[in-house]
Amino acid sequence: MIPFFAPRANLPISADSTGRYLPWLVAMMVFLAVLALAGALAVGGVLDEWRRDVAGTVTVQIVPATGVDPASARAETDRRVAQALAVLRDRPFVASAEPLEEPRLVALLEPWLGASDLVRDLPLPRLIDVRIAADARPDLKALGETLREAVPGVSLDDHQVWLAGIIDLAEGLSLLGVLVVGLVAAATAATVVHATRLGLEVHREQIEVLHLIGAHDRYIAQQFAARMVGWTLEGGLIGLLVAMPTLMLVSWLAADMEQGLLPPFSLSFWDWMALALVPAGAALLALVTARMTVRRALRRMV
Amino acid sequence: MRFENVGLRYGNGPEVLQDVTFALGPGSFHFLTGASGTGKTSLLSLLYLARRPSRGLIGIFGRDITAMKRDDLPPIRRRLGVVFQDFRLLDHLSALDNVALPLRVAGVSESDIQKHVPELLTWVGLADHINAKPPTLSGGQKQRVAIARAVINRPDVLVADEPTGNVDDRIAFRLLHLFAELNRLGTTVVIATHNETLVRRFRFPRLNLAGGGRLEVLPPLADVEEGAAEGGSPAAPGAMAGVGPVPPASLAARSDG
Ligand SMILES: Nc1ncnc2c1ncn2[C@@H]1O[C@H](COP(=O)(O)OP(=O)(O)OP(=O)(O)O)[C@@H](O)[C@H]1O
Ligand SMILES: [Mg+2]
Repeated sequence: MIPFFAPRANLPISADSTGRYLPWLVAMMVFLAVLALAGALAVGGVLDEWRRDVAGTVTVQIVPATGVDPASARAETDRRVAQALAVLRDRPFVASAEPLEEPRLVALLEPWLGASDLVRDLPLPRLIDVRIAADARPDLKALGETLREAVPGVSLDDHQVWLAGIIDLAEGLSLLGVLVVGLVAAATAATVVHATRLGLEVHREQIEVLHLIGAHDRYIAQQFAARMVGWTLEGGLIGLLVAMPTLMLVSWLAADMEQGLLPPFSLSFWDWMALALVPAGAALLALVTARMTVRRALRRMV
Repeated sequence: MRFENVGLRYGNGPEVLQDVTFALGPGSFHFLTGASGTGKTSLLSLLYLARRPSRGLIGIFGRDITAMKRDDLPPIRRRLGVVFQDFRLLDHLSALDNVALPLRVAGVSESDIQKHVPELLTWVGLADHINAKPPTLSGGQKQRVAIARAVINRPDVLVADEPTGNVDDRIAFRLLHLFAELNRLGTTVVIATHNETLVRRFRFPRLNLAGGGRLEVLPPLADVEEGAAEGGSPAAPGAMAGVGPVPPASLAARSDG
């Protein structure tokens, strides 16, 4: 027992065992809430990065047409580029679509192929730099399909299409995390309501005496709320104490496979702060819930 | 304090009190008598605001409490001192903390509490039991703790429900002297009792509950064996062994919180 929360001996409502289970229940709930919230926060952080990747620009690649006559092949390629541009510029979420001019393309390739005239004659793939409108949520997969149907030899950057898909999944997970936190909060509130009701029943006599000697509802509610807050804080700190090392372990394991596809599981300073505040949030919830429960019960007295 | 055509029924049952009409002047002293089950406790519970009447008017301190919101009642309750039939002490609290309760509820400072409460407990003869818990006290001692709690706030009205119900006559006389003492300090007193000897000895007017829930106001019952009883008249000071004849100055001086 944490001595700081030991009840004062002369409180009008006697200490009792009706809520002794509360700290342990709250410890479990806070543990779950911290893990769920950490998951939501970590996924949220990664999501921002991913969205930036997808949101900025998309690259469209057009395979050059081949033919016996290089000049007609080049003309065909130009036609394909124009077609793709037309499709792209038709999309509402496309802010701009600009083909990379050949000289720039050659310049990009120079470090690998050298600056010979030979390079100029190679059938190089054409690239279109597509800028996505701010805060648009393009369906890149559908765009890729439309392009492929309209223009032969066109493709969208694979990685971005894949990311767009996984963003949906991540958003779902993040939402799930928040939902779990909400459910845990609701369960905590229900537990506090139950413990308070039980306490009201056990202490009915004492409450009646306090009421009849002129105690305001506020005063009586405070007696209960103080105890509930103490128990909740106690349990909340235990839950946090267990959740933190668990998170660090997960963090460490995730860091180990940073080379993989997934970005590292990482929490910012503010994320850690938010997690540390979960027990305080639980205590606040208990305070409000207990007060409301007691006052509702007291309103039945004259 | 006045009742006008007050009726009270529990649930859909018959009226336990019917057309009860009376008025208690400030500083008066009344016995409430009547056979068991005639509604004495019910009447007193209306007086100490534990329930509201089914009909009629109840005025306390010049205000119609039947028309008041429940949030406005606590300040009025603090001007009432109640000795319950079964004491209703809080078993987990010491005698001191029990008596201190009305002060704590009213937000009186801890230093005032530590000064006045032991003084009053000493005055009711419990100097050696200040830190005792109710379960370790005798019936008479508990009764005195309950009375100390009822008077610590210097109530304007003292209501006592059978305060002598389970003690012998000697203690009963002592306790009645205590109430008479308070009454002399200006407190309006109403005491429900079965004890006819007491009613005869302390010649105060009576409120008598007859059958059918009707109340009649009667003059003091004459003491047929005047002078024969031991202990002297109610006015005689010093009749209470272990209880000082003069209440502590702090009790006399205190204004309600
Ligand atoms: N809470 C209650 N619910 C229903 N009926 C009640 C309740 N309290 C009292 N009564 C009924 O009201 C009537 C009066 O009861 P009350 O307790 O006022 O009598 P009393 O005069 O105080 O009796 P006693 O002298 O034995 O203490 C009784 O018939 C009792 O059965
Ligand atoms: Mg009774």
